[in-house]
Amino acid sequence: MKTTAATMTLEDQASASRTGLASAFFALILGVGIIAVTGHVQAAALHDAAHDVRHATGFPCH
Amino acid sequence: MLHTTCVTQLASPATKMFARIVTSALFAGATAGLLIALLQYAFVQPVLLHAELYETGNLVHFGAAPISAIQDVSGFDPMRDLLSVLFTMLTYCGYAMILVALMGVAEERGADITLRNGMIWGLMGFIAAHLAPAFSLPPEVPGVAAADVLLRQYWWFATVATAAIAMWLIAFHFTMVGLGAAIVLLLLPHIIGAPQPAEFTGPVPTEIGALFASRALSVGLAAWVILGAFCAYFWTKEGEVA
Repeated sequence: MKTTAATMTLEDQASASRTGLASAFFALILGVGIIAVTGHVQAAALHDAAHDVRHATGFPCH
Repeated sequence: MLHTTCVTQLASPATKMFARIVTSALFAGATAGLLIALLQYAFVQPVLLHAELYETGNLVHFGAAPISAIQDVSGFDPMRDLLSVLFTMLTYCGYAMILVALMGVAEERGADITLRNGMIWGLMGFIAAHLAPAFSLPPEVPGVAAADVLLRQYWWFATVATAAIAMWLIAFHFTMVGLGAAIVLLLLPHIIGAPQPAEFTGPVPTEIGALFASRALSVGLAAWVILGAFCAYFWTKEGEVA
């Protein structure tokens, strides 16, 4: 019984770690998406609006 | 009892973790982004506007008459400058999302996240996202010659990604193998080489270009240290609430 409990705990920990990793991964993708839109997408309106920020932040702009 | 079960099901560990990352990243990115926008407005924007006078041909370097190095570029352009504030806040929200997600992973693996080491996280972020690409593609003043923008963007993303992995290895796999891999990852993009222009056509004086690159990098350093501290602060604060 004790062994089972210990196994469960380890499994729970592994599962919690997996969900943590998945959450972090999705947040990371979201972050990269935001950087791509504000800093890199070349659509004229976005480029013009973000122009000064792109230069100041060191993104390739033109 | 039924009520308790429902609440537990609604807030699954994944949802809680994701909500904690997004909430703290938005707070950190927005507040840090506002401060960073002010720093850029005060120190980077005047140099950029000065360069634009040459880019647009209003001033001509090595023209018929000598040009004064002092030019009046003051003045607040509401639409342009407020959009810059907005986009700076958005950009640093994006960076905060990445930084906080990585802090969350590190904390799950036993690392402590504190306000003080948050500044070190920020410093590492600056090296990965700003300094590493700038080593071969320096922050560009408007009007400089440059290679195809898409090629430079590919190179930029690859360089930032490899430098970020290198920073992680230095921080969390401090072994001979980890350090060796980090050094290779840091050098590789620059040995392969960034896309460079075939010829130089920039009309802007080098003095302005150099000052711009130096200001952009220095403000970038301050920006990332502020961002790292804010990310750590809001991440630990949100942890207390949860």
